[in-house]
Amino acid sequence: MIEVDARGLSCPEPLMLVDKAWKAHPGETLRVLVSEVFVKTNVEKFAKSKGKKSTAAPTDDGFALTIE
Amino acid sequence: MGVGLDLSSSKARLALGGAIMGVVAACLAVFGNPKNMAICTACFIRDIAGALKLQTVETVQYFRPEIVGIVLGAFIIALLAKEFKVTAGSAPLVRFLLGFMMMVGALVFLGCPLRMVLRLSAGDLNALVGLIGFALGVFTGTFALKRGFSLGPAHPTAAPNGYVLPASLLVLLVLSVATAGLFAVSEKGPGSLHAPVIASLVGGLVFGAVAQRCRTCFAGSIRDIILMGNFDLISIIGGIFVVMLVYNVITGNFNLSFTGQPVAHARHLWNLLGMYVVGFAAVLAGGCPLRQLIMAGQGSGDAAVTFLGLLIGAAFAHNFKLASGAAAAATADTAAVPGGPGLNGQIAVIACILVLFVIGFGMKPRESATAKAAA
Repeated sequence: MIEVDARGLSCPEPLMLVDKAWKAHPGETLRVLVSEVFVKTNVEKFAKSKGKKSTAAPTDDGFALTIE
Repeated sequence: MGVGLDLSSSKARLALGGAIMGVVAACLAVFGNPKNMAICTACFIRDIAGALKLQTVETVQYFRPEIVGIVLGAFIIALLAKEFKVTAGSAPLVRFLLGFMMMVGALVFLGCPLRMVLRLSAGDLNALVGLIGFALGVFTGTFALKRGFSLGPAHPTAAPNGYVLPASLLVLLVLSVATAGLFAVSEKGPGSLHAPVIASLVGGLVFGAVAQRCRTCFAGSIRDIILMGNFDLISIIGGIFVVMLVYNVITGNFNLSFTGQPVAHARHLWNLLGMYVVGFAAVLAGGCPLRQLIMAGQGSGDAAVTFLGLLIGAAFAHNFKLASGAAAAATADTAAVPGGPGLNGQIAVIACILVLFVIGFGMKPRESATAKAAA
């Protein structure tokens, strides 16, 4: 599993990091850490637009999304 | 989401959100705000700078309740939706500078991206030139992002940090209403044209709340198309544009022309470069002036610092004659005035562009913002 730490980053950096991780590690499951609700929503929509399945769970300082 | 209508789940809902914002803008124009300014964030922050006597141009001084309403609307809806999160610490002084430059660029063009769209909806072709500059600026900022630009992450911080800006603006609004003569108020010019305070405040509250739910961002809407082929955010702008276009056509305010436009000028190069600065700076700062107000309302200390940059930028722009003058037709007593920026404004725009290139292509991402294999 590849972890992408996008906590606290401004838009659209979290999506760019996710995209970069997909390209660098094709087929791998991603664990994406984000801190804001709207960033979580954006990552979920981005994953859906790429045909990926995502699930989110709350963490101490935001959310952890698993994308596969 | 926690509460309320979910406006961000589809393009149709986002367009509906934009339409609501357009209706608010049209109502404010009907109630007395300058017609194609309506709810321009740059103009209104500039007017607030005037009211607070940070700049002393007599025609642009009024404590605009709309700005307070936008921040408070985002603040309240973010609290209700459990999206209020207090953060800070992502290169605050660089963000101050970006806010400052956004305001300088906007006041050379004479409007923020929101007013650019409002001016377009009234047929002002100078706004089309501004839009081209804005899109080029967004493209340049997006290129910097692709090359690795990052201001680094913001971090959770003490809760009071998130309340300072909304509370301060509310106190200042109360002072502006409850005291006579404390703040400056224009008796002529755009600053003298305003809707009743309660209408302005309610309009701002609705505008801010809807913008928060939609994640409205003028720079982001173009950036997302360039970067990801995503048309979600542009749907909101489309909604605002269509409503204001209908309003302008019905009320006879639509005038397809470069000339004869209120509070505008036809100096094409400077309209283009002014909005280029706004677009470039907005992408680097993570949002346009409106988005900065919304993020400040939902707890971002960094966006609040950007707001301060906008406010001080407005003061500098007028105190040091960086802002453009509006074009004016000849009258029986006066010659025609072409408007646009003077030498100071032209130098400031070029300097802003140079500084933006240094920031955009000189700052590297921090190590924490990278992907790594999890254990």
